[in-house]
Amino acid sequence: MSDLIDEAPEGTNAPEFSVSELSGAIKRMIEGEFAHVRIKGEVGRVSLPRSGHIYLDLKDDRAVISGVIWKGVAQRLSVQPEEGMEVVATGRLTTFPGQSKYQIVIDDIKPAGMGALMAMLEKRKAALAAEGLFDPARKRPLPYLPEIIGVITSPSGAVIRDILHRLRDRFPRKVLIWPVAVQGDKCASEVARAIAGFNALSPGGALPRPDLLIVARGGGSLEDLWGFNEEIVARAAAASDIPLISAVGHETDTTLIDYAADKRAPTPTAAAELAVPVRLELLAWLDGQAARLSRAQSQQLAQRGQRLRDLARALPRPISLLDSPRQRLDRAADRLPSALTGTVQRQRLRLLQATGSLRPATLQRHITAEDRSLQATGQRLVPALARAIASHRQHLQATSSRLGVGPLRAEAQRQARDLARLSQRLADAGLRQTTQWRSQLEATERLRETLGYKATLARGYAVVRAGGQVATTTAAATGKALEIEFADGRLQLGPTAAAAPSPSPDAAESPAKPAKPRKKPVPPGQGSLF
Amino acid sequence: MSDKPVAEMSFEEAMRALEDVVGKLERGDVPLEQSIALYERGAELKKRCEAKLKEAEEKVAAITLDGQGTPAGLTPVEGL
Repeated sequence: MSDLIDEAPEGTNAPEFSVSELSGAIKRMIEGEFAHVRIKGEVGRVSLPRSGHIYLDLKDDRAVISGVIWKGVAQRLSVQPEEGMEVVATGRLTTFPGQSKYQIVIDDIKPAGMGALMAMLEKRKAALAAEGLFDPARKRPLPYLPEIIGVITSPSGAVIRDILHRLRDRFPRKVLIWPVAVQGDKCASEVARAIAGFNALSPGGALPRPDLLIVARGGGSLEDLWGFNEEIVARAAAASDIPLISAVGHETDTTLIDYAADKRAPTPTAAAELAVPVRLELLAWLDGQAARLSRAQSQQLAQRGQRLRDLARALPRPISLLDSPRQRLDRAADRLPSALTGTVQRQRLRLLQATGSLRPATLQRHITAEDRSLQATGQRLVPALARAIASHRQHLQATSSRLGVGPLRAEAQRQARDLARLSQRLADAGLRQTTQWRSQLEATERLRETLGYKATLARGYAVVRAGGQVATTTAAATGKALEIEFADGRLQLGPTAAAAPSPSPDAAESPAKPAKPRKKPVPPGQGSLF
Repeated sequence: MSDKPVAEMSFEEAMRALEDVVGKLERGDVPLEQSIALYERGAELKKRCEAKLKEAEEKVAAITLDGQGTPAGLTPVEGL
């Protein structure tokens, strides 16, 4: 350090630095001394600004060191640092002279051992479970026989081969492989994207949409499988509309996607077994069903045939049905003649009894009685008729007596009075009407006189006529004898006419429409101008 | 009996329907007319199942992705 001292000040040998000099010296020293360190501690506050760099604190129970992970490094990390995680960071120290600070620039950061990683995984799992992402109710049933199976895995390697082999053995299907990185920093994002991508395909499109997904990866270390523990992968698997089988790692490895998947297969081969049934077994089953179908049907027919035959056997022979009636007929036929004889005899006996009481004397007595009755009734007939006639005549007389001229005459008088009254009203009405018309006529006549041109003449206007026509223009008046009509008479003017006032002409002589009079008569001399 | 036409059934649906038909026929309590109809339906369902089982074609393709990671096409995969 002695080279920093230019000159020893008086009175002291302590060197004097500028702030920058000292800061620079510290920077060189720290960066030289701690160019590559490994540091173990707990991650404190983590901040993730938009820039993509990660700022964090590393701490233990007594001290804190600030750290930064530049964007490029952050993207490569297999495990993103989280607050509370126990980590081992590798990097170099650097100072920040502007603020008298130092920090570690981290090149790599890893969870400090399995314990830390597992603890973090448990925490994440609990959080997603609390969200209900792993609920059994969310799980969709796998299709019994999917048409197209989408496999998300590495396109090379044993895993896809195992799956295809097992599918081929059981039931060959259409398989779409979505190639992804199955480890490393790209793994999680590619797998999540593939799950969403398969879901985004439309059924029957150029890229057909699978009806079953398998996410598969072979066994590996916890770090290798870590991508399948990432939250985005678990969320994508839970959100998948297409039923999804996860087959990541070996049977003992469980990753978060296994919880979110609709079904977990312990190995990729097992996933293929879950995916499709065995075709040969199904063919055998189908044969069995077909056999049962035919057997059941023929049995049905056989049973019914048997029953028909049984019933037919139970039917009696037709001839035997007649035996008993025939016997009855025979018996009845035997009894018929004797029965007939007996009946005749009985009837004959009844006839004899009846004829015994039938004698002429009885009949005669009967006739005499009837005759007497007739006589009595006949005698009552004439008086009854006379009585009826008398009654009707009486009624006729009563009615005819009510028929007279009195009422008719009264009616005629009443009608005559009505007629006289009506004619009086007609005369009155006629008189009123003519009076009214007369006064209207007079009023109209008065109006006509006022409107007529003669009244206008009285106010000083005059009518000029030329050649017997009313002259309305100078042209009409030129060169002709003029006649001017005033209120009290006419005046003849002009070359041929002698001025002789004539009496007021008859109204009928003038035109029906009064001519529009001129203000003053036109001087006759003006005509010569033309 | 469901109303879905047999030709549109998935394998599983046709399978369930066939089992149903066989079961009914085997119980033997259906009228003769209906049993004939059931038998015919059973035969149809069997044909459908067979057809689906015959569609056992393996076809493997890998999706090719463009620069943004979105699917761009398919390449056939062989030899796996």
